Amino acid sequence: MTVHEGPSGAATIWDRLEPLLPRVQRPARYIGGEDGSGTPDWTQRVPGGPVAWLLSYPDTYEIGLPNQGLQILRELLNERPDAVAERAYAPWVDLEAELRAAGLPLFSVESHRPAAAFDLLAFNLSAELTYTNLLNMIDLAGVPVRSAERSAAHPLVVVGGHCTYNPEPVADFVDLVVLGDGEEVVGEITEVVRAWKAGGRDRREDVLRALCTVPGVYVPSAYEVTYEAERLVAVTPRWPEAPELVEKRTIADLAEWPYPREQLVPLTEVVHDRLNVEVFRGCTRGCRFCQAGMITRPVRERPADQVRTMVQEGLRRTGYDEVALTSLSTADFSGIAEVVGGLVDGNGQGDACGQVSVSLPSLRVDAFGVGIAAELQKGRRTGLTFAPEAGTWRMRQVINKLIREEDLYGAVEAAYSQGWRRVKLYFLTGLPTETDEDTLGIAELARNCVELGRTHQRSPSVTVSVGGFVPKPFTPFQWFGQNTVVELQRKIHLLREDVKRHRGVQMKWHDPRATLAEGLLSRGDRRLGPVVEEVWRRGGTFQEWSECFRLDLWEEAMAAHGLSVDWYVHRHRAEDEVLPWAHLSAGLHQDFLWQDWQDALAEVGLPDCRWTPCYDCGACTGYGIEHIVASATPPAGGSQGTGQVLPGAVPVELGRRTETVAS
Amino acid sequence: MRLRLRYEKLGKVRFLSHRDVARVLERAVRRAGLPVAYSEGFSPHARLHFGLALSVGHESLAEYLDVDLVPSAPRPAVHEIPDLLSGCLPEGLTATAAVDLVPGTASLQESVTSSTWEFRVAGVPLAPLAAAADELLAADELPVDLTRKGKQVREDLRPLLLDLSTEATSDGVLLLVELGTKPRSVRPAEFLAVLGARCPSPGPEAAACAAARVLRTHQWITHDGVRREPIELAAPSPHAVERAS
Repeated sequence: MTVHEGPSGAATIWDRLEPLLPRVQRPARYIGGEDGSGTPDWTQRVPGGPVAWLLSYPDTYEIGLPNQGLQILRELLNERPDAVAERAYAPWVDLEAELRAAGLPLFSVESHRPAAAFDLLAFNLSAELTYTNLLNMIDLAGVPVRSAERSAAHPLVVVGGHCTYNPEPVADFVDLVVLGDGEEVVGEITEVVRAWKAGGRDRREDVLRALCTVPGVYVPSAYEVTYEAERLVAVTPRWPEAPELVEKRTIADLAEWPYPREQLVPLTEVVHDRLNVEVFRGCTRGCRFCQAGMITRPVRERPADQVRTMVQEGLRRTGYDEVALTSLSTADFSGIAEVVGGLVDGNGQGDACGQVSVSLPSLRVDAFGVGIAAELQKGRRTGLTFAPEAGTWRMRQVINKLIREEDLYGAVEAAYSQGWRRVKLYFLTGLPTETDEDTLGIAELARNCVELGRTHQRSPSVTVSVGGFVPKPFTPFQWFGQNTVVELQRKIHLLREDVKRHRGVQMKWHDPRATLAEGLLSRGDRRLGPVVEEVWRRGGTFQEWSECFRLDLWEEAMAAHGLSVDWYVHRHRAEDEVLPWAHLSAGLHQDFLWQDWQDALAEVGLPDCRWTPCYDCGACTGYGIEHIVASATPPAGGSQGTGQVLPGAVPVELGRRTETVAS
Repeated sequence: MRLRLRYEKLGKVRFLSHRDVARVLERAVRRAGLPVAYSEGFSPHARLHFGLALSVGHESLAEYLDVDLVPSAPRPAVHEIPDLLSGCLPEGLTATAAVDLVPGTASLQESVTSSTWEFRVAGVPLAPLAAAADELLAADELPVDLTRKGKQVREDLRPLLLDLSTEATSDGVLLLVELGTKPRSVRPAEFLAVLGARCPSPGPEAAACAAARVLRTHQWITHDGVRREPIELAAPSPHAVERAS
């Protein structure tokens, strides 16, 4: 058996991995070789060697590969003369068993180097239930799972992504946390680590202290947490370098970051297997349940011509026949008409991309949204998805998703009349102030949609998809006590009984027990660290997968550590309570969030600030940045879904007013 | 207007499934700028016609694919197509030949009748495998029990075993085997299991057979007693010679 020595001296484990692959399911996910990938140059002449990042996703390759954040960072790091970046994903349980039996570690999919050969193991945390996989991957890398037990020789464990706005449940296991957009901060981290390596890679504490000074970086071990009885009372810096409040990073202008330039095209099937072009980041609709909308403010649109270029070049380079225009609400993209028109007309412009379909992952609930979809989907029209989120107008005012019934019916009617046969509706249950009337309103909306469909189709179908609501940090609902499993099950049962009596309505729902575990981690504190570790040690990996999910492990681990599920999940929080993420900031003022929570309880909606004067949530003003929009006119229909009717021009200034992000 | 392509599948990409390879090739054909024809209807798809499937983990020097092109569209010369396509394929997948098909040529699925395989069995001596191979060739029938649509059926593999030879290599045994595809393809794993079952038990041979490295070297079309490959390069047709002269 030959073991190739890589240029950096780290051996690839491919020769020892290869004999295992015929024995596992879907081995293609472990071979790399995607279009656009390729092994970076490890021979760069940097004192101490290039800073090596292993960009990892704590779930399977199929789920993790399409992650755009990791793809953007991979390119940015590999463009640097002093860094290399490769990728890793969680091996499925069959390969994990084979690796452990053969004494082989977690590896990168490009050069199949062992994970411990990298300086940083960086993870994207997009879902709380992947936390046990995070521990499993650190362990498979041959690195102690607890950061306190690592030495200078071990890689640094970094996490970023939406879950890291409350990283406290995994604080014991990670060395640093990045808040917000990663584009700029990965370079700054690289520089600190490079200097540490060049200086002999001495004490681990030295590099952690230096990293504390990078804006957007949170080093959990630099903070002391104080409790009084069961209450958290303070999180305070232990080192002078550590700021009292860690602010998120925000890139001011998406136009400066046309990434990924070379989206990876996998050789085996993955989710979202298509070209993805991000048209804007941030959202100001202000849906109160939506953490993504709150933490990614302000709105930063990509110029319409850049979107078009990225679509056309991307299609040509990848050979994909589908492109998704991604954002939190793409029909709100002010350049949508221009882009869509260009794409539709641009088909067959002498390139080889004649048969391209364009998809909008989030469809606006109105006839305009359907009109755009109709323009884009010339071919097959099977199903359209809308997200009214709640069944009654009262409930939608509480959550600030101000879609009127007429909007939904207009959208559904347009869909059926233009050839779509199936409509899928997304709803949440377990929302603040929800009554049984609100819950049953979901069934009524669905029934009415089927009736509308009958005028156009012989057997129209409506699928209602119901998820249990999990309150998230940095939203107005962060103070709300989540519904119990019993209560969520009761509501789902209530709906099912009602829906059963009507032909044409199907219902799907998310397991309320998984909702409970997600809620536990969403707003948990550091005392949950041992719980996460115990669930992992007892084999509780892949908790996002229903066939692997084990609520009993979570409940037993909580009990074993004397912690109350009820206290963490179902309890309403008070205004003066110190929340576990109080030392972190997504830019939103605490008093804005509290006022929005009070408005929610009073059933008062809040308009979209893209089209109305600022109400100072803090996301722009705090960082000296602005909304950036691609077009001076709002998309047709104004800011539908916020209760505003806005004919004419947008009352905001266009373009950049300030130079850079305050940092 | 139909084009026939031959390609190799070697190295890491041997772990791609047939379906994965189909998708990779479809994208490559588009990227290479071939004016591929699309089917009519509500969900148009590229008209690519694949030959026999190759199981996950196996390598091949001789995979084939037919592509329908838009008749009137400008297109690269046929001899340029292999390189053009290979430039759009991942490492290990390489287009090695292309020909324009005469209208009315039977499809790959219809016409291919057998494949030649190399099975490399590591870490075992020649003698037991050679003996087992002789036994297979001498047998009148080779019954295998299969479950098909939930029912137990017994099939005879002997008519599909067309040729078999063994030779020693530096680290084991090389088997050269021709297996038929009509009325159905014998999968290499099936054959190796039958062979392994004839080896001394207990012994390392059966497990080594199951772990053999598999390479398809040829596909064959046998018609009226004449055996040829789906793309014949070595012996150009008299027609072509005539035109060239």
